Amino acid sequence: MFQFEFMRYAFLASTFIAITCGVVGIYVVSRNFSFLAHTLSEIGFAGAAFAVFMGIAPLWGMLLFTLLGSVSVGELTTRSDQKESSISAISALFIGLGVLFLAISGSNSRYATNILFGSIIGVDHTGVVQLVALSIIVLLLIFLVQRPLNFDSFDHIGAQAHGVKSGVVGVIFLVALAMSVSIGSQIVGSLLVFILLTLPASTAKYLGRTIGSMMIWSIVIALIGVWAGLYLGFLTNWPVTFFIAIIEVAIYLGTYFFNLFRNSFN
Amino acid sequence: MKDILNVKNLSMKFDNKVIFKNVNFKLKEGSMTALLGPNGAGKTTLIRILMNLLDPTEGVFKFDKEIRLGYVPQFRNIDEDYPLSIKAFVGLNAPTIKTKRIKDHIKHELEETNLLEIQNTRMGKASGGQKQRAYLAQALLDNPNMIILDEATASLDPRAKEELMNLLKHLNEKHQMTVLFVTHDLPLAKKYMKEYLYLNHQTAEQGKMQDFKGDYE
Repeated sequence: MFQFEFMRYAFLASTFIAITCGVVGIYVVSRNFSFLAHTLSEIGFAGAAFAVFMGIAPLWGMLLFTLLGSVSVGELTTRSDQKESSISAISALFIGLGVLFLAISGSNSRYATNILFGSIIGVDHTGVVQLVALSIIVLLLIFLVQRPLNFDSFDHIGAQAHGVKSGVVGVIFLVALAMSVSIGSQIVGSLLVFILLTLPASTAKYLGRTIGSMMIWSIVIALIGVWAGLYLGFLTNWPVTFFIAIIEVAIYLGTYFFNLFRNSFN
Repeated sequence: MKDILNVKNLSMKFDNKVIFKNVNFKLKEGSMTALLGPNGAGKTTLIRILMNLLDPTEGVFKFDKEIRLGYVPQFRNIDEDYPLSIKAFVGLNAPTIKTKRIKDHIKHELEETNLLEIQNTRMGKASGGQKQRAYLAQALLDNPNMIILDEATASLDPRAKEELMNLLKHLNEKHQMTVLFVTHDLPLAKKYMKEYLYLNHQTAEQGKMQDFKGDYE
């Protein structure tokens, strides 16, 4: 299948996206941001619809909206006691906007489907370069703040007691998360991008006992999902997103029950 | 022994509620002080002010310039599913890339806190006493010569309490570490601590532990 240029592009882009989401996912899970990741994917949908309306590439609309959304939702949730309700409200607002932008831009439903469910097979050379470059920026951002980010994500109170600047680290992470949502959406779609951002990392929690080993597990599980998903999608002509979703869920549930089983014998 | 902490006319108000006012005390190098007082007397507030996590309404305090502080806060968010091993948890307070020197340092603190044998146990599965010792080990990575612990024995069974207190005694006697220990547990304080600082009725009083006559009213 690698004789097809679009498959080579799809594999290259997916590999970088899986690595990025695998790494960022570790912090999404440890900081209890799964719900925020979900909301950001809906904000990303609105951003992509906005881009279609404006006649620019969906990726840029997504980046714009998720960056704005991420920082404002992040601010709201650190200040408000009504964390879940405020996220729900914002998410409702953005889905509404997304529907509106799609309707007034007069684009057909195929566009909406692509945004919601992903279209990695359609990625061209420029698209690959953009996705790889953005992935590297996200990984660099995480690398730059890894020590305080690790401390703050895995022991928030301890980090504060040691004078770690939680606020600054939090904002940098939210920027990295917004970018991951935007690039991850290119493969699995904005509706299901949270799969790559939460499931591999949640599975890794059962397998690793250090941040490094959890990260490796998370990347490996994300890679298995996207590679196998692309291959099966190529074979069957069924949606790649479907395969990625069921593979990640199967690995997660398998590990979860294995862990439950093992614990009951200890 | 010289004074390593000097607190002068310290007052704290939340909105209009006075927590304490005009608190004055000094701590000596190598002292082992129990910070006692009923709930709401402002023990944790005082500690947070000393750690620069909270600004006092009025007053000043000064640590000796050679003091390196270690701090073990009262609560942590470690649930049963918490994935990191004890060793990895302690190592959060160290650079991510662990050189041999850093690894040796972590190993040394795990040894000091009796955690070396169970260093690969997940924090989520560790007992209350093991967790408290891991918090202490994490703070010890900063090479402090003074350590502040907030209610570290509150949820421990009697054996774990004794173990932790013996560890503090060891740090105090063998490493001349100054200890400030917040507690409710009067018998435990009487057994292990040498001095007391009693916070009640918006003010503080100080003395030798054996002379403590606090009414806790």
